[in-house]
Amino acid sequence: MQKIGVFVCWCGSNIAATVDVAEVVQAVKTQPGVAFATDYQYMCSEAGQSIIKNAIKEHDLTGIVVCSCSPRMHEATFRKTAQAAGLNPYMVEIANIREHCSWIHKDKNEATQKAIILANAAVAKVNLNAPLVQGESSVTKRALVIGGGIAGIQTALDIAEAGYEVDIVEKEPTIGGKMAQLDKTFPTLDCSACILTPKMVDVAANENITLYTYSEVEQVKGFVGNFSVTIKKKARYVKEDLCTGCGECMSKCPSKKGKDEFNCGLNNRTAINIPFAQAIPNVAYIDAEQCIKFKTGKCGLCEKTCSANAIDYNQKDEIIEREYGAIVMATGYEPIKLDKFDEYQYSKHPDVITSLELERIMNAAGPTGGTLLKMSDKEHPHSVTFIQCVGSRDISGRGKPYCSKICCMYTAKHAMLIRDKYPDVEVNVFYIDVRTPGKNFDEFYRRAVEEYGVNYIKGQVGKVYEKDGHLVVQAVDLIANKQLVLDTDMVVLATAIEPSKTARDLASMLTASIDTNDFITEAHPKLRPVESPTAGIFLSGVCQGPKDIPETVSQAGAAAAKVIGLLAKDKLLTNPCVAHSDELLCNGCSQCEKVCPYGAISYIDKEVNDHGVRETRRVAQVNEALCQGCGACTVTCPSGAMDLKGFTNRQIMAEVDAICK
Amino acid sequence: MQEVIKKRVKELFDNNTIVRAIGWENGEFFYDHTPAVFDSAADMDVFVYDNFCASNLSKYLINHCAPEGKTLVLLKPCDTYSFNQLLTEHRINKDNIYIIGIGCDGMVDIDKIRALGIKGITKITQNGDELVIDTMYGEKKCKKADVLLEKCLSCKGKKHMIYDELISENEDEMPQDASKRFDLVNELENMTSEERFAFWQNELSKCIRCNACRNICPACSCRKCVFDNSASGVASKANADSFEEKMFHIIRAFHVAGRCTDCGECTRVCPQGIPLHLLNRKFIKDINTLYGEYQAGETADQRGPLTDYTQQDVEPTFISDKEVK
Amino acid sequence: MQVNSEFKPKIVAFCCNWCSYAGADLAGSSRLSYPADVKIIKVPCSCRVNPLFVLRAFEKGADGVIICGCHPGDCHYSTGNYYARRRMTLLFSMLDYLGIEKGRTRVEWVSAAEGVKFSTVMNNFVSKIYQLGENVKLGDLRCRK
Repeated sequence: MQKIGVFVCWCGSNIAATVDVAEVVQAVKTQPGVAFATDYQYMCSEAGQSIIKNAIKEHDLTGIVVCSCSPRMHEATFRKTAQAAGLNPYMVEIANIREHCSWIHKDKNEATQKAIILANAAVAKVNLNAPLVQGESSVTKRALVIGGGIAGIQTALDIAEAGYEVDIVEKEPTIGGKMAQLDKTFPTLDCSACILTPKMVDVAANENITLYTYSEVEQVKGFVGNFSVTIKKKARYVKEDLCTGCGECMSKCPSKKGKDEFNCGLNNRTAINIPFAQAIPNVAYIDAEQCIKFKTGKCGLCEKTCSANAIDYNQKDEIIEREYGAIVMATGYEPIKLDKFDEYQYSKHPDVITSLELERIMNAAGPTGGTLLKMSDKEHPHSVTFIQCVGSRDISGRGKPYCSKICCMYTAKHAMLIRDKYPDVEVNVFYIDVRTPGKNFDEFYRRAVEEYGVNYIKGQVGKVYEKDGHLVVQAVDLIANKQLVLDTDMVVLATAIEPSKTARDLASMLTASIDTNDFITEAHPKLRPVESPTAGIFLSGVCQGPKDIPETVSQAGAAAAKVIGLLAKDKLLTNPCVAHSDELLCNGCSQCEKVCPYGAISYIDKEVNDHGVRETRRVAQVNEALCQGCGACTVTCPSGAMDLKGFTNRQIMAEVDAICK
Repeated sequence: MQEVIKKRVKELFDNNTIVRAIGWENGEFFYDHTPAVFDSAADMDVFVYDNFCASNLSKYLINHCAPEGKTLVLLKPCDTYSFNQLLTEHRINKDNIYIIGIGCDGMVDIDKIRALGIKGITKITQNGDELVIDTMYGEKKCKKADVLLEKCLSCKGKKHMIYDELISENEDEMPQDASKRFDLVNELENMTSEERFAFWQNELSKCIRCNACRNICPACSCRKCVFDNSASGVASKANADSFEEKMFHIIRAFHVAGRCTDCGECTRVCPQGIPLHLLNRKFIKDINTLYGEYQAGETADQRGPLTDYTQQDVEPTFISDKEVK
Repeated sequence: MQVNSEFKPKIVAFCCNWCSYAGADLAGSSRLSYPADVKIIKVPCSCRVNPLFVLRAFEKGADGVIICGCHPGDCHYSTGNYYARRRMTLLFSMLDYLGIEKGRTRVEWVSAAEGVKFSTVMNNFVSKIYQLGENVKLGDLRCRK
């Protein structure tokens, strides 16, 4: 028989205002096994924990139930408390009477009765708890960063600086990501490449960093500390170790009709290509779909041109298997497709562009050499109209329900830069709200309005159409409360951003959870923002939610700190709530093995002693380091031989019984 | 055929291919053949094979395929499915077993003959499609097709799924009509919820928890049944409350779902005449409709539907939100 | 039998630790109410829910049982909810076949971010159970005296 102590927390008034804690204490005292029960204002406080520790010692408790907030909040706290008082930490159960009770019910009597039942269920479970001991597993002291944008770069650099090996897998031929495409950065207006490229060079130069560009993660197996990852390094058809990045091949390549992805497709590139001058690695790749040699077998000009003999048309995709202790998702974002926003003429008119396209047009290495020109006739525009929230804060289903966060600031930047360089250009910005929280952000926006004379109009644009060689913007000015029809030369759409398309598949591979917008879910929205709920998976940058560069960099550093903390450990304690097979009950039928996602179950022929009968039987064995404790096997097992520690059949049924009593 | 089998098994004993054989022998009555283990050629003298050898012998191999020497087993076509399923689940070792697949044209249900008003039966012989029944009141006749066991009405065919040798004349013949297999399930499904409840309450309340269904079932082969295990928390005896039989039968059907070959032994042995196979067939029908046609035991290397999934599987709300009849 | 107006159903909700339990927590911290008749049992994954537990709840007098897990494809253990989905589909179909009201059992996928959905799901389920009334078909009559 257990001697159970029950500790009912008031959580100030969070619980006590709706649940009569004294009544709960009185009620649980009548439950079998309960030797002690009390209540206190804040069980999680020092004083509250002392009450628990003292009671454990004084009453010789063998198990405790804390009726408090969610176990996701303080289970770990109370387990430590129990451990400090000499009790096995797995003899602790939490009755969640805050999130699942006091916070959602108004009627005090109803809430109190429910709290009693939840407490009774926890008591019933603890009656069947057994002490559990955590196992240990090793840590591979190397991290994988998926994505080589500023988030991935910063995370990798920070991890490498701490002395750990880190690999970056980037799907594009170069690292740099979206930041490399930007012209200037807010709120300081320094040149994006000027601050990014030194970091890219650092990545290339750092001995602890291995770069896999033009590569993708194919498969992830294992668990925290022991991930095994398959990386597919796509054939570039250029030998990375030989290519000097001289660019001679590009000047000779006759296939010049590829869309230049780096310039958002605003101009063309050759089939053999280096995305931009500062690319890392500074190595060409061949777009096989575009290359004449691959299409017809003839050509081979680049091979002839290359003095370094780096061209290799026979290169094959390479599969690389690597072990990692931690994985960081830094997969970034893409602007959304605008096919559902026909009213803005984006797909029909070349002078309706996205903000990212404007970045390229404004950039000295861009399609216009940095001169603001209309893409239709390469003429100077006299008026530019910005439309905010294209697809952001959209609850119609065409776009995204969330705020993309960066658009207000970059639009202020664009407007300011245009007015600075071309004071003759009239700039109008249609907005729903201007959101500028952040250091020096609002000052920046006000400068755009006050110093640079950017015309901000609160209102939404109904449609954009072409008339007499002009674009016409039909909108409503909500403050003046009137319809507006504006002639303009260029329209720039502040397009919503969404997580990279690769994020969803990767999240499945990593068993990281993902929200309805495909952002990776953090372990806690406030307190654990850079960790995924899946141990060993960390989040960096926009894959977790929209962010600007300063925020991304600080989150990248935070993710790195978490990774370093993990890699610094020599051993990890494993979850002791793992499956366990009773060899006397096991039929050896292998059904459990089939549903185990971790390959943690194997079968051995073992001599067993079944009540005096000695025989060799085929029985299931669980590898406790691999088992993650899902319990799929337990339900597959008809005889009940397979059970889950901490969530045994009998424990769960005891809870069921207590609730249905 | 009985004599051909007997001769061949004796030969196998004599040339030391096998050390024991599992077949049937006469029980208390001539229509009551029981499974038997024969340890020598001489033992085989009492071997029988006729219209009353319905028992599926595959399950006996779990305890009778000892490592020393080979055990011979006689399997009718439908029994080979159960055999394969046991192989899949590693409950038996094919290396120690010698299978003679024997032909079968359906087994007879003595109660169905009696139901025809034929009493005082002393002997039954088969003549083509007809059964010739000797009774204390003279000779009677009936069509064999009219008195087949329930399980033979949805015969899976005359083909053996696995064997070492065959003694069979009609190996490739398909059953007359297996399309009626789900007729009763359909009929129940078409009833109102209240009618179904009344049907099952009536049937299941007859249950005396004798465990015959469980003990005969080749899929119910746990070393220790969860309902017998006092540590499981669900061990129970008959009639403790009105729900227990239902729970036992639902769980039993669930435990064999995807593994049940539809051999029909449960219904055949139920002393209370409960149509237990209708529970298993419901699962089989659902599995076939929702997850694709699946016949347990067709081969020994299939992945069962409950240890498998597709990303597009139907949602349980499909059932919960179905229109109520 | 109890009169319907006094009927307080007993509802067991099995919630997976990673998504649905967290979704229930979010419903709580967002103060999104649902009836107190719902009592949550935490399981690591929806695939831990044995049909035995569901039947046990009914045997002991539950009026409804709901199982919540991560959305298909988002299972913390990658595949657990796929197995749960098949098991529960078949179990529910069987219960329906036995004449038990199918509204008494349900599976819903609720993510950690879906506090609103959790509350809506529970409100809908509870009101369904109120409609169905007391579970007499599956209750353990003896234990209720």
